Amino acid sequence: MNSRKVFRIAWEGLTRNKVRSLLTMLGVIIGVAAVIIMVSVSAGTEATIAEQIQGLGTNLVFIQEGFSRMGPGEKQTGSGLTMEDAEAIKENITGVSGVVVEQNSSETVKYSGTSMDEVSILGTTVDFPEVRDMTIAEGRYFSQTELDRKTKVAVLGATLAEELFGDGTAVGQMITVGTVKMTVIGVMEEKGSTGGVDYNSNVFIPITVSFTKFNYDPFARMTGNRVRMIYVAVENEEDIEDTIYQIELLLAKRHDVSLDSLDFTATTQDDIIETQESTTAAFRSLLGWVAGVSLLVGGIGIMNIMLVSVTERTREIGIRQSVGATPSDIRWQFLTEALLLSLVGGLIGVASGIGGAKIFGALGDMRTVVSMSSVFIAFSSAAAVGVFFGYYPANKAAQLDPIEALRHE
Amino acid sequence: MTKKTIIKILDLTKIYGLGDIQVRALDNVNLTVTEGEFVAIMGPSGSGKSTLMNILGCLDRPTEGKYYLAGEDVSELDKVQLATIRNKKLGFIFQSYNLLPRVSALENVMLPLLYDSMQDISGEEQHDRALKSLEAVGLAERVQHQPHELSGGQSQRVAIARALVNEPVLILADEPTGNLDTKSSVEILSILTKLHGEGRTIVMVTHEDDIASFAQRIIRFRDGRIDYDKPNGHKPVHLYKKEVDHEL
Repeated sequence: MNSRKVFRIAWEGLTRNKVRSLLTMLGVIIGVAAVIIMVSVSAGTEATIAEQIQGLGTNLVFIQEGFSRMGPGEKQTGSGLTMEDAEAIKENITGVSGVVVEQNSSETVKYSGTSMDEVSILGTTVDFPEVRDMTIAEGRYFSQTELDRKTKVAVLGATLAEELFGDGTAVGQMITVGTVKMTVIGVMEEKGSTGGVDYNSNVFIPITVSFTKFNYDPFARMTGNRVRMIYVAVENEEDIEDTIYQIELLLAKRHDVSLDSLDFTATTQDDIIETQESTTAAFRSLLGWVAGVSLLVGGIGIMNIMLVSVTERTREIGIRQSVGATPSDIRWQFLTEALLLSLVGGLIGVASGIGGAKIFGALGDMRTVVSMSSVFIAFSSAAAVGVFFGYYPANKAAQLDPIEALRHE
Repeated sequence: MTKKTIIKILDLTKIYGLGDIQVRALDNVNLTVTEGEFVAIMGPSGSGKSTLMNILGCLDRPTEGKYYLAGEDVSELDKVQLATIRNKKLGFIFQSYNLLPRVSALENVMLPLLYDSMQDISGEEQHDRALKSLEAVGLAERVQHQPHELSGGQSQRVAIARALVNEPVLILADEPTGNLDTKSSVEILSILTKLHGEGRTIVMVTHEDDIASFAQRIIRFRDGRIDYDKPNGHKPVHLYKKEVDHEL
């Protein structure tokens, strides 16, 4: 018998019992859709993280205090990273295009009648716009001189400027940040939220002002102004490893530690992306397994229904045998039915999985990325499930004795 | 011109059960049926006539002995080969029609052609042959009806059409009128008589003398052996004859 005939017989067998066929497919549909949606969610998360890290700027080296090297109960040694370390890097290391340190705080910002609570105040350095790839829309950014002299000047994010000043000019106006009066010298160009941070509502001030006014540390005179992280932008990508080595040498000397026991770590974006990827990969494989189990359950559902179907249609099998259907004809008929159930279920599952992932992405704040490989894997697993779980019932049907089958009520 | 031998059975024995309890359903049966014969097989239940039908129909194999169907030894064939023989050479008519439910009369008749792996008959030809077959049993008007829309007599006529569609060398009818009222029985028997008239070979199991009287030869079974085997001396009984005349 040719495959077109087998297909037709199987198709007719299924369409004769539409509701049941649909219910049987449901397991596969849910399984396939679950695989696609779950993988798309984790792929989305991964992409977001990678983008956030990339969004911080290009060719960045992150220098952090060496928490990773501390065992439990161990006290942090050394002085940690300071503003002075950052300055030293900028002055002494070649091939560095910018060094940025950040100090965050949250203050109330006032201008004439308008008052806004909990505005992010970002104390930073002059290289910030360059490293972060931000441009000035109006006025100018603060200078190194202003930074050194702790001049009370502020640059506003685009959104914040509009909220405070509306259509009026912001540059030249005085605002009150916390209790400190500051002159607005510039407004940033609007920028999409990269790095997961919306810089459009920030106030950017010289970090020196931040140290004295908002994050005052009484020991700063002795230890220097502590910073959590130093961002170093490297001019050429191929120089990154070399630059890291130089930074390590420099800071080891400054902190008076050996290269084997550094009290800080220098990582690149690639390192961070790699770490993130290994965690999300584990997460994704877990989700994949969960979804795979639901596919397995769908397969068992198919087997169950096929077994019922074989018993119920014993007489039909007998009739077919009596007119000349061979065991393999019967086997193929039922195997094709199972395969059709899983393939059609798989197709519907793929459609609803892609649709579901899109809806998820559109509704929630979760980002979803449908990967073709997950679609392919889910669909082919569905097909495999159909063959695997369809074989036993089909074989059972093929082995029926025609005399017994014809006698079956 | 000598007629072809359709059925040749030599020392056929069928034993059911294993070990101590063995039932000899057929015991050394010898039988020959030639082309164009209309044979009625009779006997009480348990006499072995169903077993014989199963073996004649290639649904079962004999324990011992030989069965030649149209010259071919089919007693040693495997399941697949038997299926092919059923498909090519045999036509079945069952007591309970055995039509596929929820499938049109036409498609039911096409069924044997669907399983013809040797010829791979085109869909169009399947359709034409099934239609011709249905016309032969007077059901050209009902090709698209499903079994539940047909009367018992009509259903059995669809079954006969199905038995004819593959041009079998032998038609096996197992109590073909067992589920039918008198009028429908007459319809069916008149069709069988007509087929016999066209030269077809028919073996029919029945336990009713009236039905058997339509056959040309009557074989009676008892305890797995042939009790008697003789030509039917009687004309079809009067009751039927009247209606048959009326019908034809």
